[in-house]
Amino acid sequence: MAKKSATAATADRLLQFYRDMLLIRRFEERAGQLYGMGLIGGFCHLYIGQEAVVVGMQAAIGPGDQVITAYRDHGHMLAAGMEPNGVMAELTGRSGGYSKGKGGSMHMFSREKNFYGGHGIVGAQVPLGTGLAFANKYRGNKHVSLTYFGDGAANQGQVYESFNMAAVWKLPVVYVIENNQYAMGTAITRSTSETHLHKRGVSFNIPGEEVDGMDVEAVHAAGQKAVAWCREGNGPYILEMKTYRYRGHSMSDPAKYRTKEEVQEMREKHDPIEGLRARLLKLGGVDEAALKQIDKEIKDIVAISAEFAQTSPEPDPKELWTEVYA
Amino acid sequence: MSIQILMPALSPTMEEGTLAKWLVKEGQSVKAGDVIAEIETDKATMEVEAVDEGVVSRILIPEGSEGVKVNTPIAELDGEGGAEAPAPKAGAEAPKPAPEPEAPKAAEPVPVPAPAAAVAASPTPDSEIPNGTKFQDQTVREALRDAMAEEMRRDADVFLMGEEVGQYQGAYKISQGLLDEFGAQRVIDTPITEMGFAGLGVGASFAGLKPIVEFMTWNFAMQAIDQIVNSAAKTLYMAGGQMGSPIVFRGPNGAAARVAAQHSQNYAAWYAHVPGLKVVAPYFAADAKGLLKAAIRDPNPVIFLENEICYGKTFPVPVMDDFVLPIGKARVVKPGKDITLVSFSITMGLIIDAAAELAKEGIDAEIIDLRSLRPLDTATVIASVKKTNRLVVVEEGWPICSISSELAAQVQGDAFDYLDAPVMRVTGKDVPMPYAANLEKLALPNLADVIAAAKAALYR
Repeated sequence: MAKKSATAATADRLLQFYRDMLLIRRFEERAGQLYGMGLIGGFCHLYIGQEAVVVGMQAAIGPGDQVITAYRDHGHMLAAGMEPNGVMAELTGRSGGYSKGKGGSMHMFSREKNFYGGHGIVGAQVPLGTGLAFANKYRGNKHVSLTYFGDGAANQGQVYESFNMAAVWKLPVVYVIENNQYAMGTAITRSTSETHLHKRGVSFNIPGEEVDGMDVEAVHAAGQKAVAWCREGNGPYILEMKTYRYRGHSMSDPAKYRTKEEVQEMREKHDPIEGLRARLLKLGGVDEAALKQIDKEIKDIVAISAEFAQTSPEPDPKELWTEVYA
Repeated sequence: MSIQILMPALSPTMEEGTLAKWLVKEGQSVKAGDVIAEIETDKATMEVEAVDEGVVSRILIPEGSEGVKVNTPIAELDGEGGAEAPAPKAGAEAPKPAPEPEAPKAAEPVPVPAPAAAVAASPTPDSEIPNGTKFQDQTVREALRDAMAEEMRRDADVFLMGEEVGQYQGAYKISQGLLDEFGAQRVIDTPITEMGFAGLGVGASFAGLKPIVEFMTWNFAMQAIDQIVNSAAKTLYMAGGQMGSPIVFRGPNGAAARVAAQHSQNYAAWYAHVPGLKVVAPYFAADAKGLLKAAIRDPNPVIFLENEICYGKTFPVPVMDDFVLPIGKARVVKPGKDITLVSFSITMGLIIDAAAELAKEGIDAEIIDLRSLRPLDTATVIASVKKTNRLVVVEEGWPICSISSELAAQVQGDAFDYLDAPVMRVTGKDVPMPYAANLEKLALPNLADVIAAAKAALYR
């Protein structure tokens, strides 16, 4: 009996992972479409391909733990439980967006969901996330900060300033390095002397490990271990997620720096959603029909968010002058 | 042969100190390197070593003497070997001390330069200070420390971090005693990592703490300016008001003395440019205290620009349980009818002195201390210009896109018809700060420049 209920719990969790990853995938596809229609402006960095990272990590934290990331952030917001309507409406710059249309794709926040942005400057979120961890330690509240950054940011000096302080002061922060192999259009091998980024903590005595970021269960397991390490007061932890983005860096990517075959290979053999779908069917308990039903529900949620993002009014001109000062 | 031992300077900005203790007696032999005395300022204590060999023939300044000017002879040494004795190192090049070798009495108060004292002692009362309030003399340094200590006692979310703020007691001794009172949890020595700890502080403020981040000097904060501008100043707006950054960045700004280009820059105009920041630059100790307390309580990021040379200046500070001043209000330090002199921070000293000089020629100058640079209290300046019809703005920083150019633009916009002369500006010269003493002096605004500008505006 005990074994059976544990299996059931696992199946439920995997199904939730599937749902969460699919929401991000469909949401991002629709965002790409709205961008093409001219409804989303500026920069728009899609998360497609990397969904397992944020979904697995989010399932490893608890209430009160904080999340902060850079500008490829829509997936993190949805995983943190922010409303698709509010995120999509922010992308279209409407008053119904999380920042009332004043932040845009790269700058969104939710105090309620402990999502601290959404930051547009490569690497700047790393000291900020370390500061969230500092606040946790100052208050003695046992919360953990998940601070995400990419392989590009891993070459910014402030990342190492943060590593040093986090290690010296034993701050509860998990540094989640989303290594999608390309900093904009520069392959990691062209920009980075030590490409095993989980080793970047060695000179600060911060433990690190490499994780298959295309496998949501592997991410979740590594995340649980790292979060527990931090929560127990052992200081920071580094997780290097080996992942891949299918789309360009942003919408205006020339796609000249990698081959179509490379992208195709990842999509066909390593896709996190397809991989989990196959596993769910193999495990039993869900069938094609049940998964189709989930697909439909997700499609509806995304369609509603796209509709909301187009019908929500533009911000009142008076909003130009508000919230400059508290 | 007799060698004079002179009162040494502990820092480039030290002008005088206390001869705390003699460790030798008259008639005692000393060798080069022997510790012979201890001297103190309000920020440090230092041992004085003998430079020459010989016998202490006379002690000229008794121990316990306060206010001993740098380069005053404090003792005489009979050098051994007559002609072979080297000339005293410091004495050879040192300018002759102006006031006389007569030892100051131990209990004598430190004198404050006359014109400044005249204004400081009887300034136009600050409207925030109730009538009948008692005042005590304090240095700007003490006022800043008291402001932090009071706010840290009042609110457990307030903490201080920066380089050398704890065990060292502050590079400029602003945080003296705070580690003892509040402990290492709230007075945090950081590594030398400006961008890192500025960003960490902003992150902590996102989570609702109220950090005071000390930069050893604002010159070093250029390494951190992305976190100040992009993370601290803009988040409230970008978050649609959901969260912001209640943080204070503070430290000494502008030229100190003889530290040359990379350590002598004035950032007033840089930060005043940025919406989302508040910028404060006090001169008087009372303003330093009342405005720092306000900055710590403010829910916005506040840039608090201090001045190293002003740290040791003494001014009256109101004795009140909780003295908090509003950010964004200038103060008329002295009313006048003929011309308006406006400044902030260290160059307040110049316009106060200039007003005293002009008064000798029958010119009645109004003196305004901006105190805050963002929000900039242009209303007070414009009201003054409507009365005096002439304006001189003085600042230490560079002239291009400066506080004075901003004020000139605003005044011509709002009081064009009231101006009887062009707005005059006296600023630092448009060059990196030179090291050589004479060039440094030329690079900084001086009293003669201010008087000349005022007279030009008066067509005299």
